[in-house]
Amino acid sequence: MLKRLLKNFRYGVLPVPGRVIAIVFFIFLFIFPLIIQDTYYIDMMITATILAIFAVSWDLLAGYTGQFNFGHAVFFGVGAYTTGMLNSLLGWPMPATMIIGILAAVAVGILTCFPALRLRGPYLSLLTLAFPLMLASLVMYFAHYTGGHQGLGGLTVMAETLVEKYYICLIVMTASVLIMWKLTDAGSRYVRTGLVFHAIREDEIAARALGINTIRYKLLAFAIGGFFAGLAGVLYAHKHAYITVAVFGISLSFQAMIFVLFGGIVTIYGGIIGAYVLYPLVAFSYDVQSIIESIRSAIPPSMVPLLHIMSFLERFAIYPTAALAIVIILILLFMPEGIGVWLRHKIERECPRCKLHNVAWRKECRACSAPLR
Amino acid sequence: MLAAILVKTVVYGSVYALAAIGFSLIFGVARVINLAQAAFSVLAAYILYGLVSPVIGVQLALAPALIISVGGAILLGIFMYKFCVDPVREHHGAVLLITVAFAMLIEQGLSMRFWSDPASVDSFVQGSSTIFGVGVLNHYLLILGVTVALVTALQLFLSKTRMGIAVRAVANDTEVASLMGISPAKVLMITIVIAAALAGVSGVLIAPLGYFSSPHKWGSLLMLLMVIVVIGGLGSIKGSIIGALIVAFVEELCIYDPLKLFGYGAAYLLNGFVMLAMVIVLVVRPAGLFGTLFEEEKL
Repeated sequence: MLKRLLKNFRYGVLPVPGRVIAIVFFIFLFIFPLIIQDTYYIDMMITATILAIFAVSWDLLAGYTGQFNFGHAVFFGVGAYTTGMLNSLLGWPMPATMIIGILAAVAVGILTCFPALRLRGPYLSLLTLAFPLMLASLVMYFAHYTGGHQGLGGLTVMAETLVEKYYICLIVMTASVLIMWKLTDAGSRYVRTGLVFHAIREDEIAARALGINTIRYKLLAFAIGGFFAGLAGVLYAHKHAYITVAVFGISLSFQAMIFVLFGGIVTIYGGIIGAYVLYPLVAFSYDVQSIIESIRSAIPPSMVPLLHIMSFLERFAIYPTAALAIVIILILLFMPEGIGVWLRHKIERECPRCKLHNVAWRKECRACSAPLR
Repeated sequence: MLAAILVKTVVYGSVYALAAIGFSLIFGVARVINLAQAAFSVLAAYILYGLVSPVIGVQLALAPALIISVGGAILLGIFMYKFCVDPVREHHGAVLLITVAFAMLIEQGLSMRFWSDPASVDSFVQGSSTIFGVGVLNHYLLILGVTVALVTALQLFLSKTRMGIAVRAVANDTEVASLMGISPAKVLMITIVIAAALAGVSGVLIAPLGYFSSPHKWGSLLMLLMVIVVIGGLGSIKGSIIGALIVAFVEELCIYDPLKLFGYGAAYLLNGFVMLAMVIVLVVRPAGLFGTLFEEEKL
């Protein structure tokens, strides 16, 4: 068993740079609290971890199955509010409410699917946009139970210290990403969901003609997407023990889309790249201002043009959202498939004969020695 | 109360319709969901605010200020389409994201100058008049008139002129239209100009109503536009108008609450009911009331 793992690692992971980078990245995530003790950054990473689960679950639904969902926050919000209300108002124990919250999100996913089954393309996107807004207005109306504007507090905290929270979220994230990766793996010998999801996205009528019950698989995709998005919502609710109606917000849905499209859609790793690059980027840009300030004070006053550039940058750094928007536009213009896919094409090359991935600088395939390129 | 609800439905409906037609037109011709459409309205409103009030030190008369603000929206629309949307048109997701990013950029650019001030512009016409016993500001009547005039002009353009027929041909089938000697790129550009102009006009007309309380307001306007366009059917002008009337009616019904169903806090449910109307229409008629589905969009 161990020998087989080692062999897999040596011949399956080490020659492919993308997989090596993924493993190094996850090792980095696991030792992150040992390197940096600053609570601000650990807290930021916890949120990024939760958003990574959320983004990847959107990728499963929108990228793989092609159900371009604009209102993914509905699952997140239902998970968060269900566990929040049961835990804080009725005083039920946290593990039970967490499970009920996730199940509620799955139920909402299945319910959402029924109207969505009749629609496709932009109509589906715009329909799904409606659900979180409807629930948000319900939360505001029943302010007596949900807290309304003030938000809902008094939940049980997931763990006492920040580092514990970090590890809980990280382990849950790793596990759920692995599960979603396996579920969407089109070449898998054990589950056929990956293949079916691809077929539904590419041509639903053809998939149906092949005897695939597309309705059942779409329901399954919505249920899985709801499950993991609800999981993210539940973790989020018990992270700060406080939730607001922003968990149903349109910006949260768009955040998942931005993360996935930035990293690369129809790749599980795209959402993770987006969450761990863009979320800290916005958080960091609040610090950029002070960094620029310190650089400017170091510049001798004789270098006038440099000072002008610095003061321009400083004005710009006050608006991290604007900087983020420009970064997104530029990246999509030059690499419309997402930064992760672009990077992967740079460092890996697919063998034309056996479809195995090789390092870009190899002249011939490592398995079948066919000439690359 | 019924008269009040109906009159306000028509008045507000015309405001919404003006903004929604541009959104619908871009989708119908270019198959691009332009999420920055509402941001163009906001931009035009803030340019107008900057030009007619002393806030940035320039003060123009109303007419040139109106032309500049609508022109600004058109220029930005052309820029966005030409340099940002057109290069990535094959990537459906990238287009969506770029238009959202553009809207964010407009919002942030405006807040650099205006922070979160409301775009407070005086009404173009003063006073109010009474219709069927309901008091209505004259400005609303102006909006109603402008909407009717613009929609009529647009219909005439699309049905009578050569260019308008070309636009409809491209909307129907781009490949066949280009085989008939129509340049789709040119037609798309004209559509973008019309859509951005409609967004700009609706922005400057709504500005005096106090709708744009801050540059962040594009989100809620966009939501409304999407609902209207989806109810009416993407790509249909008639549909957008009917959709706008339906949305305005649902809103007024919720505000006046003639059966006293909801009591305190009914305003919070407003959004929910508008969305519910959209869901019902979509479930009953998946293409919206007047929309047509292309072959590849059918299920």
